Amino acid sequence: MDLAQGVQTVSFGLLSLMMIGAALGVVLLSNVVYSAFLLGGTFISVAGLYLLLNADFVATAQVLIYVGAVNVLILFAIMLVNKRQDFEPIQRGWIRKVATAVVCTGLFALLSAMVLTTPWAISATTAVGNGAIVAIGLHFFSDFLLPFELASVLLLMALVGAVILARREFLPEQPLDAGLQQTPVLTLPERPRELASTAPGSPERTITGSPGDRNA
Amino acid sequence: MQLQYFLILAAALFCIGIYGLINSRNAVRVLMSVELMLNAVNLNLMAFSNFLDPQTIKGQVFTVFVIAIAAAEAAIGLAIVLAIYRNRDTVDMEQFNLLKW
Repeated sequence: MDLAQGVQTVSFGLLSLMMIGAALGVVLLSNVVYSAFLLGGTFISVAGLYLLLNADFVATAQVLIYVGAVNVLILFAIMLVNKRQDFEPIQRGWIRKVATAVVCTGLFALLSAMVLTTPWAISATTAVGNGAIVAIGLHFFSDFLLPFELASVLLLMALVGAVILARREFLPEQPLDAGLQQTPVLTLPERPRELASTAPGSPERTITGSPGDRNA
Repeated sequence: MQLQYFLILAAALFCIGIYGLINSRNAVRVLMSVELMLNAVNLNLMAFSNFLDPQTIKGQVFTVFVIAIAAAEAAIGLAIVLAIYRNRDTVDMEQFNLLKW
């Protein structure tokens, strides 16, 4: 990216402030709808950081997929699960909050120390820049071909699985036939007509009668 | 612009995601926290791709894979939340004790 150093620094500061603030809002706000919209703000800030990292294609994909698909999906889920309920407080819930905060702060301190003390092998070559799309496409169809195809299969499986999981299973409420209600309880519901048409003394008709000749 | 700034930012986002993942009562907010953590991982990968490997950008390829898997994960997770909501009539994480013995 051909921006001046000062512009990059100011953009990085603004985007990181937006990202951290929106992420804290996602976690800490009580209304889940506000959290969903702030999640979109986080995704857009991350896309801006990708632009600062010379990755135009991935920034576009981030906006399209995360803001356009995942965030809208989360908003739909909030609409479908719009139960306004106040969660009843659990016993000694603050212990969990405090312990999690301590653990997360400690993890952040550990990661920061690791990042600041590691001697990174910064590459001196210039970034590929606008040729990133060509490079990504070459990777997809040469050395990342198998993961690429597996990702497509995974997306198909996720599509089918989401449909099956979220489908509402209707139970038949009306009886299939009006004559079904007079049949005894112990007979199979598939063969009411054979039982009605045969005499009780001829059992072979009932045995040999296939389910197909109900329509005969 | 240095690599360390981006890595520290990604670490902060990841820690916020962990906090939300553990402390959220609403099941949809748990999924949002998972998305935050995935974004932190993506930011790490993109920073490494730009600063350590700027010619053969394999980090961006990995990020595209992670984005695809995150989309699948969001769809499946929200479908599971909907199914549990129909069965239990709540989205409170404290009452999802189906696997607890």
